[in-house]
Amino acid sequence: MDYIPLDFPFLAAALLVGISFYIIIFKKNLTKLIMGVAMLASGVNLFLVALGYRAGANAPIYTDVPEGPMVMSIPQALTLTSIVINVAVLALMLTMVIHIYRHTGTLDSEKSRKMKG
Amino acid sequence: MRQIAGLISLLVLVVFIVSGVLLIHPFGHPDASAMDDYIIENAQQETGSNNVVAAVLFDYRGLDTLGEATILFTAVTGVLLLLRSLKRKGESS
Amino acid sequence: MLSKIVRTAANQLIVFIAVFGLYVIAHGHITPGGGFQGGAIIVSGVVMLLVAFSSHEIKKGLRERVLSVVESSGALVFIILAFAGIGTVFFYNLLLGTPLFGGIPATGPGPGNIWTGGIIPLMNFAVGLKVIAGLSAVVLALALFSSGEEVEE
Repeated sequence: MDYIPLDFPFLAAALLVGISFYIIIFKKNLTKLIMGVAMLASGVNLFLVALGYRAGANAPIYTDVPEGPMVMSIPQALTLTSIVINVAVLALMLTMVIHIYRHTGTLDSEKSRKMKG
Repeated sequence: MRQIAGLISLLVLVVFIVSGVLLIHPFGHPDASAMDDYIIENAQQETGSNNVVAAVLFDYRGLDTLGEATILFTAVTGVLLLLRSLKRKGESS
Repeated sequence: MLSKIVRTAANQLIVFIAVFGLYVIAHGHITPGGGFQGGAIIVSGVVMLLVAFSSHEIKKGLRERVLSVVESSGALVFIILAFAGIGTVFFYNLLLGTPLFGGIPATGPGPGNIWTGGIIPLMNFAVGLKVIAGLSAVVLALALFSSGEEVEE
């Protein structure tokens, strides 16, 4: 490589994904694990939207748009689907944490590992 | 033991992600895509809407929106099912 | 239940939030927005009502049977619209020449006309109904569960 590109949106998405990997591997509290998964979802959505950007172009809507090229429109539609799916999965994860707390009385992922009764 | 395995896997994942970020196209100049150019050119006549993203979501890729609506329905049913068996002990719903 | 000032302000604000959410849903084929975004706006208004009044008061207004019927009918309307053009292909835009929603806008930039788009505005309404009913049922169930614990034990 003759130059290292300093593309800030891609580096920000990589930073978010890296921090969320650290949280998921090393933390034991169940609430912190859920926050790590949410951060992973945010990093992936940011990466998807930043992939389709064209410099100096306008939004892909034809109502009163100035002249010029348009940004790629397919990654934006895929990000919309991804956001809705992440909301649904997060709601389901939170309900399961409520059930685990009811059954084992602790929020530690090491101590609530044994299945009883 | 668990710490060492976790550290090695974290290092491998970070190297993979950073090398992946540095090797794709520079920000703002993506590669030419024939499907995307076709969609931006012909979305107004073929679907009749001014919003190209809505046309992609509901006309060109409507099957993905159908799958997403199914996932939303399944998640809502799952949450309401899990929060019901503990509610019936005390209240008379 | 919070104080009287907060309750009065929430009563006045929910009208504007509902109108804005319906505007975003209805103009989904002209401006940025659509079914999912407008549904999320209206659900945030419902959460504001849930915080201002306690969840026991909201439970008398939003019954669970009504929410379930509304969400299922939203999904059914979406599937029926997708199957309506099965003569040509699945998800065919069959309302494109008819006077119901069937204009075609002029090519290139210009002001948008709401009577265009084919089946896209109808699908926006169906998905918006589904998101509103589903997400407010989830939020109401979580609030009732977390406040009804004193009654259980």
